[in-house]
Amino acid sequence: MTIHTFKPDLPPPTISIGALGWLRANLFSSWINTLLTLVGLYLLWLIVPPVLEWAIFKADWTGETRADCSREGACWVFIQTRFGQFMYGFYPTELRWRVDAAAWLAIIGAAPLFLRQMPHKLRYGLGYLLVYPLLAYWLLHGGFLGLQTVPTSQWGGLMLTVVIAAVGIAGALPLGILLALGRRSDMPAIRVLCVTFIEFWRGVPLITVLFMSSVMLPLFLPEGMSLDKLLRAMLMVVFFEAAYIAEVVRGGLQAIPKGQYEAAAAMGLGYWRSTLLVILPQALKLVIPGIVNTFIALFKDTSLVIIIGLFDFLNSIKRATADPAWLGMSTEGYVFAALVYWMFCFGMSRYSMRLERKLDTGHKH
Amino acid sequence: MRTIDNPRPAGGSLLTDPRARAWLFQILAVITVVAFGWYLFHNTQTNLAHRGITSGFGFLENAAGFGISQHLIDYSESDTYGRVFWVGLLNTLLVSVIGIFLATVMGFILGVGRLSSNWLIRQLATLYIEIFRNIPPLLLIFFVYFAVISPLPGPRNSLSLWDAVFVNNRGVQMPAPSAADGFWSFWLALLVALVAVVLLNRWARARRHATGQMFPVFWTSLGLFLAIPWLMTFIAGVPFTWEVPELQRFNIRGGWVVIPELVSIVVALSVYTAAFIGETVRSGIQSVSYGQTEAAASLGLRPGQVLRLVIVPQALRVIVPPLTSQYLNLAKNSSLAAAIGYPDMVSLFAGTVLNQTGQAIETMAITMSVYLAISISISLLMNWYNKRIALIER
Amino acid sequence: MIRVKSTLAALGAASLLGISGLAQAGATLDAVQKKGFVQCGISDGLPGFSYADAKGQYLGIDVDVCRAVAAAVFGDASKVKYSPLTAKERFTALQSGEVDMLSRNTTWTSSRDAAMGLNFTGVTYYDGQGFLVNKELGVKSAKELDGATVCIQAGTTTELNLSDYFRANNLKYTPITYDTSDESAKSLESGRCDVLTSDQSQLYAQRIKLAKPDDYVVLPEVISKEPLGPAVRQGDEEWFDIVRWTLFAMLNAEELGITSANVEEKAKSTKNPDVARLLGVEGEYGKDLKLPKDWAVQIVKQVGNYGEIFDRNVGAGSELKIERGLNALWNNGGVQYAPPVR
Repeated sequence: MTIHTFKPDLPPPTISIGALGWLRANLFSSWINTLLTLVGLYLLWLIVPPVLEWAIFKADWTGETRADCSREGACWVFIQTRFGQFMYGFYPTELRWRVDAAAWLAIIGAAPLFLRQMPHKLRYGLGYLLVYPLLAYWLLHGGFLGLQTVPTSQWGGLMLTVVIAAVGIAGALPLGILLALGRRSDMPAIRVLCVTFIEFWRGVPLITVLFMSSVMLPLFLPEGMSLDKLLRAMLMVVFFEAAYIAEVVRGGLQAIPKGQYEAAAAMGLGYWRSTLLVILPQALKLVIPGIVNTFIALFKDTSLVIIIGLFDFLNSIKRATADPAWLGMSTEGYVFAALVYWMFCFGMSRYSMRLERKLDTGHKH
Repeated sequence: MRTIDNPRPAGGSLLTDPRARAWLFQILAVITVVAFGWYLFHNTQTNLAHRGITSGFGFLENAAGFGISQHLIDYSESDTYGRVFWVGLLNTLLVSVIGIFLATVMGFILGVGRLSSNWLIRQLATLYIEIFRNIPPLLLIFFVYFAVISPLPGPRNSLSLWDAVFVNNRGVQMPAPSAADGFWSFWLALLVALVAVVLLNRWARARRHATGQMFPVFWTSLGLFLAIPWLMTFIAGVPFTWEVPELQRFNIRGGWVVIPELVSIVVALSVYTAAFIGETVRSGIQSVSYGQTEAAASLGLRPGQVLRLVIVPQALRVIVPPLTSQYLNLAKNSSLAAAIGYPDMVSLFAGTVLNQTGQAIETMAITMSVYLAISISISLLMNWYNKRIALIER
Repeated sequence: MIRVKSTLAALGAASLLGISGLAQAGATLDAVQKKGFVQCGISDGLPGFSYADAKGQYLGIDVDVCRAVAAAVFGDASKVKYSPLTAKERFTALQSGEVDMLSRNTTWTSSRDAAMGLNFTGVTYYDGQGFLVNKELGVKSAKELDGATVCIQAGTTTELNLSDYFRANNLKYTPITYDTSDESAKSLESGRCDVLTSDQSQLYAQRIKLAKPDDYVVLPEVISKEPLGPAVRQGDEEWFDIVRWTLFAMLNAEELGITSANVEEKAKSTKNPDVARLLGVEGEYGKDLKLPKDWAVQIVKQVGNYGEIFDRNVGAGSELKIERGLNALWNNGGVQYAPPVR
């Protein structure tokens, strides 16, 4: 007779829930993962404590001059004392309220567009797009209706960066859409023109174009006519980014099934009406992430106007770090600049992700 | 299929006929563009004539008369502006090539890191990408140049490795091999190694296709490249002597010097572009369905092999087009070098030469055509590669 | 609505589009008088020559020359608008009519005069290229600079002189070229380069911008002639004469002892025929230049004579403390010499 003997118990399964289980699954699942985790932790230990110490714990926050900084950590006093210049450049101090007013108007005016229950959103939006630029021009530049002129040569700082970016976006989007439509047009001449334009602007670096605007454009214009330096730079930014937008929009147009075109034509809509009412709304919705990415790139590209000597945000910081009274503040200055640029760009990218989710009508699947 | 020809409605004028309208529209557009172009050309002509500005490309033959801090080909002040062009072009290409290489390596590591099963690595990769793609590249360049490299010690207090490699705020100085007798043997050895590696690759692939067995191609190739030239030195003697940098009154002289401007621009651009390439790689890998991984695993491939043999080849098809535009961006961003005084195409040609000769139109035209040519070449190269790896449907 | 908008936009654009002078004779003056101000191209930051103070107000010798021209034309020195230009932009900006005159420490050379469509109207400052080094290096002469790393500003005559000098003396050097003088100064300070080379006046100006000016010395060698002066477009002799004689008026005023303090009194009570002619008491010399009769009075009253301008901006009365040297009047051992008003 055989006696049944029990095999010894198997060990209990490894914990796969709770903190320990999570740790095991995500950080220590194999020897190679354990190694990576350790390397990662070591990296963090190497970077985070010194950075925090420099930027926060040992930093100097209050004071007036360089002497108020112990130099053991960051000297944020530098940013504080120069803050006005970083924001407004050489814009006359007593007129800075005009910049603030323009900024608040932009925010307050645009706010209703983000309300879900807002009626007549489209009409309001278009009206805003028509009225606001005039208002902003009046406030920032002045020269009529009782406001003193502030020439663009005095504009600077973050304000200039935002102005260039805003004008760039407002100009590049419509132009880019037109170019994209032109590139997909049935008319060969239009197609060739658009393709040439797009490929030229995509093929050259922005700074050569900016150079061109500052040293060459005046030679192209008739004698005696000259364009404002800022205006020239903005034109170049618009053309440059429009070419990129055009390529993004073209992707969206290509993704629209042919049936949509045919259906629109069958309803008796002409080219413009079918494009505006049927094709573009769908195509643009598809490419929102791409468009916003281009906007982000545009915002970053505005920093290149430094090359032609405009006092944008980055340039005002760079200039300030060359001030003999504040030597050795490069790190503080550039970290601050990075933080500001980062907030703008990151904010835009998050907003685009939200928008994308909200507008997702299941086209892509 | 039957086609029905709609007769033009009676009484319709030319303007209501879509085809005629299209023609009219195109002709108008072309005329406008041509007229506009002619207008600009005319303005330029009158401007140049009225103001007595010299034009033409004759200046390329003139002696430049200024020094350049980094030149890959021989250059002296008495060389021509034409020579300056080549110096600038090579410097631009140098930045682009090194930058593209580094950015690709870092980008692939980041992309794979974003999808790692390790939570910490995933977070670190995400953090890196979110930080660096939201900062202007010019800012990164300034940061590296002014905040990282500038504060390094001067040449007299350099950090040194074995008294041969020196790091200071004037760059990195390292020993340089200079050709001695029998330098040809070194080239020969390299050639032999190259041929051996190519043959080895072919053989390994054939064997893998026939038997499914893997051969460690990469490590053997690397070994061959090191071993054959090394063996050659036993046969033909050391083909070169080392020129070791030495501290002189002002500078460390001799050997190879990597100037800080080059370091800054390469580091900044690769750090920046790697963030974008990382995202591209991630989405490429994610586009390969998980079934592929499971199928590969069930065939008994190890995780590394799954990635290398199954995932990456398929992901590349998705990755290459956006990767191309990242490469293009990097090549174009290399022009930012001008901002910190690295003697690239823009800084030399659109900067110094333009100023010395005053011929804005010619110098700008040359500079822009160079970038257009670089862009087109990268596009063509990557299109060719894309076609090669494209899915061949049978 | 849309039409209103586009009209307004056109208006706005028109105010950004400055219409400035043409190259035909007389056209620049007409255009300047029509728009009511002189558009003057200046440097983007060089203490003593042209720089913006904390309030954004421009000061310096170059700026004063612009103001003097405005004083001559309008009788009001404040009717100037400034365009800060980089070294790269300056010539195109003038050629294309973006600025009416260039007063931006620019060296007068034959190729600039002949091939670039410019005319230099005179010399506001006789300069020469020098070297600024850290005392620590113990360098006493430029001849000891073999093997040095040199910082220069891109696209300047100094870049060419430097290479000539080092080649002629059989010395080796590494050039580091920057776009702005700020960057070169910063690099000298951080030790990226051993030497900064530029016009001597600029070296003094940059030295006071350094954190420890006393650690740096300007070497004795002057390796080139750098006559700095204002330039106008070629082909408009009338405007050329105005800018040229504005400078001469300031020099003559100094020579005749006319200062901003005593000019009005002298204009009333002078017995000296030279003074009388310059100040418009005698003759129609202003009219010949198409300027008001009291053009020189306005220049001296509002801006000063040459000596006053020099002292205030770069000389004893300034932080730079540069000696008059070559820039003293001819009868004081210098070479500043103006033709007489007659």
